Amino acid sequence: MIKIKDLHKSYKMGSNSLHVLKGINFEVEEGELVAIMGSSGSGKSTLLNILGMLDLLDKGTYDLDGVPIKDLDETKAANYRNKFLGFVFQSFNLINYKTALENVTLPLYYQGFKRKEREEEALRYLDNVGLKEWATHLPSELSGGQKQRVAIARALVSKPKVLLADEPTGALDSKTSKEVMALIQKINKDGKTILIVTHEEDIAKMCSRIVRLKDGVIMEDKKNKMVKAI
Amino acid sequence: MFSRDRWLEIFDSIKKNKLRTFLSGFTVALGILIFVVLFGFGNGLDNTFDKFFTDDALNTMWVNAGRTTKPYMGYKANRRIEFDNKDLEDITNRFAFYIDGITPRISESGNIGYKLKSNNYSVRGVGPFHQKNEMTIMMQGRYINGLDVENKERNVVIGRLVKQDLFGDEDALGKFVSGGGRSWKVIGVFQDDGGDNEERIVYVPYTTLQLIQKNTDKLQQIIISYKPEIGYAGAVTFENQLKKYLKQKKFIDPTDPRGVFIRNIASELSRNDQFKSGLSSIILFVGIGTLLAGIIGISNIMVFVVKERTKELGIRKAIGATPSSIIGMILQEAIFITSISGYIGLITGIGILKLVGNTLEEDYYILDPYVDLNTAILATFLLIGFGAFAGYLPAKRAAKIKPIEALTDK
Repeated sequence: MIKIKDLHKSYKMGSNSLHVLKGINFEVEEGELVAIMGSSGSGKSTLLNILGMLDLLDKGTYDLDGVPIKDLDETKAANYRNKFLGFVFQSFNLINYKTALENVTLPLYYQGFKRKEREEEALRYLDNVGLKEWATHLPSELSGGQKQRVAIARALVSKPKVLLADEPTGALDSKTSKEVMALIQKINKDGKTILIVTHEEDIAKMCSRIVRLKDGVIMEDKKNKMVKAI
Repeated sequence: MFSRDRWLEIFDSIKKNKLRTFLSGFTVALGILIFVVLFGFGNGLDNTFDKFFTDDALNTMWVNAGRTTKPYMGYKANRRIEFDNKDLEDITNRFAFYIDGITPRISESGNIGYKLKSNNYSVRGVGPFHQKNEMTIMMQGRYINGLDVENKERNVVIGRLVKQDLFGDEDALGKFVSGGGRSWKVIGVFQDDGGDNEERIVYVPYTTLQLIQKNTDKLQQIIISYKPEIGYAGAVTFENQLKKYLKQKKFIDPTDPRGVFIRNIASELSRNDQFKSGLSSIILFVGIGTLLAGIIGISNIMVFVVKERTKELGIRKAIGATPSSIIGMILQEAIFITSISGYIGLITGIGILKLVGNTLEEDYYILDPYVDLNTAILATFLLIGFGAFAGYLPAKRAAKIKPIEALTDK
């Protein structure tokens, strides 16, 4: 599903150049649930940004579902993101003046679906994350866990190939974290490829594979016996 | 632009962000409103000026005789100067180069009657050219002509209100009215834009009036229209030459400020034109200033709006919005709000002008304030355009910003 070869990325910091990713080789099969771990500064967020086409790579190749991701301009990147990827963020990033349902319909709006289809589909996904009754509520009326579940529904509604989650439990307490992870495991069980960036060991243990980054290189990449969240 | 979904999205965003919508709308509406009202008042002042000077032909001078203040060539001071028919003829011949038309005017008051009704009116003995000077408009019949003057006909041209007073609905043309113990034939009815008093006048041939005034040949006033092509400088030269000539002819000290007095509209007009153009530039300056303030206001608000929405735009980008769809959405919303509120400002402004329009004439000399609709629409489009432009730059930057930067909490 994801093929990365010899990936380099550096940032210009004034006159210095900061080499963040120093040759990453990395493949993810369909249906995997991968945790990317590392301390801050290890390059894990940069890697996720490049995977999510939110940032460009300097050197190397990146294939996503057999499509080479290169020569990205903003419009092309937006279309690929819409088609291939779903995002889940630490701070949920729901649009605060839209209801849960409207938030979930938004990716479909950008895919050009009709209004009625958008709403039916979004409602189905809200039901999947157990929030059908909360469809007409604003984000401010939802708890943190509920918000993250709405965000997950929004990430999945466009049927992406890969779900990218950046510290999805970072803003949640441990009980809610487990609930959200349980939902992610359920989605993974249904066949979705998922990458989670985290620095929490027990979250990583709930994944099927753990990749550890340090100073821009992969230190360790091993299968993991998935611990059930709940 | 025409996608229903895009519009629904925009209405949704407007509905749920009322303060933001109100702020940008209010700025534009206020800007246009002030512009329209100021500009209207300015035009009103302009109109008042025009009204003062459009009743009479503009290329006109009035030559009046008065008393001398200095002794000269054996004549004592305080001598009364009068013009006569010979003066009229001499002026006509001598200044033919300048003169477009010339007419004497003898004014008095007379009791005019028809059947049982009678009333006092101002009676003017004039020549045919007087019609052009006073811009008298004939409603019926004709004005005094050369034959009337030559034959000293007892013909009379009456004002619209005179006709109304004496004849009512009855046709006046060809009827006979009484005046000064004689009967006069009504040959015409006129109207005049100068107001009601100008329509309570009766015109008769000046020769006829002289005849019944014990057959004199005196004239009170001579009115001259000069050829427009001689221009302002030519008119002043003419005025000076004419004054000099008449003083010589009537034996008046050349340094005597009285005796002959000429009122030349050209010199008055040029003074007033200067004042008026000064006024117009002030109005223009204020109008442009208001508009500029409005443009700066809407630009600021657009920057603020985009800044406030940065995070939302980042989210939209992360879930697949293209940069062009983001810029399009912001601009369409901005243009929609500014158009609607610009229109509201325009209508309110015009409404205010209409409402107060007729109450300002007496106290403030603002007559019939209005705004040329083209100017108002131009101003509105200018504001909308600049609002869109001001929104475009930050929108473009927002569309370019990496979603990950917009989304990181800081």
